[in-house]
Amino acid sequence: MTDSRSLSPLDLETPDQTFLDANELVINMGPQHPATHGVLRVILRLDGEKVMGLECVIGYLHRGVEKIAENRTYTMFNPYVDRMDYVAAVSNALGYCEAVEKLLSVEAPPRAQYIRVILTELNRMASHQLWLGTHALDIGAITPLFYTFRDREEILKIFEKYCGARLTTHAFRIGGLQYEAYEGFEKDVKNFVSFVKPKIDEYEELLTTNRIWLERTKGVGVISGKDCIALGVTGPVLRASGVQWDLRKAQPYANYKNFDFEIPTGQNGDTYDRYVVRMAEMRQSLRIIEQAVEGIPEGPIMAKVPKVMKPPVGEVYHSIEAPKGELGYFIVSDGSTQPYRVRVRPPSFVNLQALELMCRGQLVADVIAVIGTLDIVLGEVDR
Amino acid sequence: MIAKLKRSYGSGIEPLMHLGQNYMVVDRSLIPEILQVLRDEEQFDYCVDITAVHYPKREKQFDVVWVLYSFAQNARVRVKTQIAEGESIASSVPLWATANWLEREVYDMFGIKFDGHPDLKRILLPDGWKGFPLRKDYGILQQDNEWVQINLGIESGQ
Amino acid sequence: MHGVVQYIQSYLESNQTPGAAGNFFWATVYILLVFVGLSVAVIAMNWLERKILAHMQVRLGPMRVGPHGLLQPIADALKLLLKEDIIPAEADKIVFWVAPFIVVLAAFTVFVVVPFGPTHAITDMNIGILFMLGVSSLSVLGIVTAGWASNSHYPLIGALRSSAQMVSYEVAMGLAVVSVILMTSLNEASTGTLSMIGIVQAQQAQQQWFVFKFFPLGLIGFFIFAVAMVAETNRAPFDLPEAESELTAGFHTEYSGFRWSLFFLAEYSAMIAVSSIAVTLWLGGWLRPFPNALQGAVWDLVFSLIPGLSFLFLAGMAFYSTVRMPKHPLFRVQTLGLAGFGALLAVIGLILFIPAVRVRVQDIFWFSAKVAGFMYLYIWYRGTFPRYRFDQLMKLGWKVLLPTGLALLILTAIVAMRTELLADLRGVWHS
Repeated sequence: MTDSRSLSPLDLETPDQTFLDANELVINMGPQHPATHGVLRVILRLDGEKVMGLECVIGYLHRGVEKIAENRTYTMFNPYVDRMDYVAAVSNALGYCEAVEKLLSVEAPPRAQYIRVILTELNRMASHQLWLGTHALDIGAITPLFYTFRDREEILKIFEKYCGARLTTHAFRIGGLQYEAYEGFEKDVKNFVSFVKPKIDEYEELLTTNRIWLERTKGVGVISGKDCIALGVTGPVLRASGVQWDLRKAQPYANYKNFDFEIPTGQNGDTYDRYVVRMAEMRQSLRIIEQAVEGIPEGPIMAKVPKVMKPPVGEVYHSIEAPKGELGYFIVSDGSTQPYRVRVRPPSFVNLQALELMCRGQLVADVIAVIGTLDIVLGEVDR
Repeated sequence: MIAKLKRSYGSGIEPLMHLGQNYMVVDRSLIPEILQVLRDEEQFDYCVDITAVHYPKREKQFDVVWVLYSFAQNARVRVKTQIAEGESIASSVPLWATANWLEREVYDMFGIKFDGHPDLKRILLPDGWKGFPLRKDYGILQQDNEWVQINLGIESGQ
Repeated sequence: MHGVVQYIQSYLESNQTPGAAGNFFWATVYILLVFVGLSVAVIAMNWLERKILAHMQVRLGPMRVGPHGLLQPIADALKLLLKEDIIPAEADKIVFWVAPFIVVLAAFTVFVVVPFGPTHAITDMNIGILFMLGVSSLSVLGIVTAGWASNSHYPLIGALRSSAQMVSYEVAMGLAVVSVILMTSLNEASTGTLSMIGIVQAQQAQQQWFVFKFFPLGLIGFFIFAVAMVAETNRAPFDLPEAESELTAGFHTEYSGFRWSLFFLAEYSAMIAVSSIAVTLWLGGWLRPFPNALQGAVWDLVFSLIPGLSFLFLAGMAFYSTVRMPKHPLFRVQTLGLAGFGALLAVIGLILFIPAVRVRVQDIFWFSAKVAGFMYLYIWYRGTFPRYRFDQLMKLGWKVLLPTGLALLILTAIVAMRTELLADLRGVWHS
């Protein structure tokens, strides 16, 4: 199983001869390319339109986040995590804050937990909406992009009202929240839920039964559940391959165990199933938000954490279900104010590794579809 | 499970628990065997992460850490080993395909070599880069000035 | 002076196209008119596409340059002309230079035989439809050379896709066209025609647009053509040669500025050209709608008033928008401009009511209105459909449209000759 997908290094020394031979064409897709969602570079070996092999070259957006962490205090590093998966900044912050909280052995108060869940699920919605728009755009349907962005805007407005930022929110603090939910927060969230429900049907109307959409996505980029596990692929991609695994259920964090929701799964592990799973996930997120906003308890929003954080010596691995998959933080503390080592386990980075397996033998157009369906964010891949 | 491993491998393996999370410190020579056993017999079929930590003051400078997860048991375990500068460790690509990029990243950032890796080269940093940035002796402002000058045509990236 | 008036008079009374009459002067005038009209149509189309697409996508589209972005296409054209003309160092310079001109030439030459009215065409060729298909397929040559000369991978793939696509869809297109030519021969003399004007006249004589002929055969032929023409012009959902998300911009990736704008011009004129073929062949060309149901002098009058009325309607819309413009000094120029535009439309509308003009222009109006309908469809497709994949496109062309086209041709022939066939069969039976 492993032999087939071990990457064979490409012979890039002689692209021009292969070009003239016309037997095999080496195409350099990216790092500036409209459909690689950032600065991903994919070197494609083509036989006509068929992909014989590909190699991802990444690192164009590498900012050394893990190194920066070692030179900042725990609190100071908090905003940096927003810059990794910048379309799901809230999820990143949730993972980091919870990991440090674990290290400090504190727990955020219930009210903070509820607001955290609401914001995180809103962010999951936003991330999936952005994914849907860009993925459909890659496949050639330009209209859904504007629909999804119109509705994502409402989420960003709630973020803006809550913490002043729209994208890199820095919404959470270690130990709870900095800001109390603003006046009318619950009403805004409720309004949003009732506003966006018919909108999801609208997206589906545009795509779900569209013949061309079906032809472009069914049977494209198939990956089995077994391969997913071997490649460490998580999130909607794993679930679309029939593995019903979601960290929110498997190892509940925050207060997800209080909420009633389902894990949508697919069977075929193709691009269409991933689309269906993500659409269903949006609906489940709304379900969680609805329950959470009804049950926000009164109380403090910040646990008792020292001003100068000095977690005891030790290490912790904590992971959450980010919109893209398992987002893990491995933090080593040496007892000082700065983390000794912060390792981020980025879902996009690991999922991207599956691209080669999913694309081999398919056509160029499918590579685009598969990159889209993996839902990678290069800020997270490169960190 | 860990007790069972302890019984069969004796002093080479030291099971520990911190903050409710299982981990074990394993002797470097036992690593391939332990990982194999963990995957095949204990059903740790999902390699979540491979990473390393640098302790420059120690004799064996590096901790290499595997974070494993078992779908069947819904359990996590961390396997840790210590290796010295210049030493290499068996690659786990044959066990988990996902180890490919993860090990490349560890190599890229720490310079730890993995024996039997199909294509061990830098992944995030450019191929010709000198130095391994996540080592503690690599300053945060430090960079490969020579590479920057040659490839970017500027004096310094700072 | 008197001579000139007489000359114009003589032309107006002639019932031939200038080309067919051998009238060199009027042919030149027509060529210029068609060229200018086409350029204006492309500019208008550019604005309309952006506006309509924008409104489909819950946004406003161009709003800044001129009132409601009316001057945006002109600003764009200026920008393109002023841009640096980049020729890649490794490109085959001469071929790179020539390619856009081939495409434009092919797209424009087609209009030589497009009949805007019984006499409103540059010429009436007896092989008009063949000429049109032939010349329009020349543009693939320009696209392939453009892709090849760029000496770059994406344009090359785009060009390869384009050539494969255009060649395969031409076959289906041709079959659909042949079925129409069969239909034209259903008069007493059994003389079919390839002349574009002749085809419309045949529809007039048979008192039926060919789209309704032998229902549903005509409709199927029309459908095949309508699909193939979208593929032929490389528009969504068949825009693979320039698939933005895959090949950045396909065959014209390396082009910029003026040369790129030539491709743009060619694309839109090609769209208009194939739409005119569809209109001529199936939708009765310049004939007004409902010629059978709504007959008589009164209805003729009513329909001849519609051109003027529709321009007045557009003028009304412009005036309505003028009233709704923000009452801020900053918007004064824009408001005035919009009012002026409305006034221009109103004047055109009023001119169209003059009987002498009305009679001669309504043909052109109906033809353009039908073509505009197709243009709207093009925009609509772009707003709704994802893009086909290359193999699916080929499958659709060769496995669906081509067999259907062949079957259609045979069926049309059988249905058209049914009396003769039955007579023959009877003869065989009796002997």
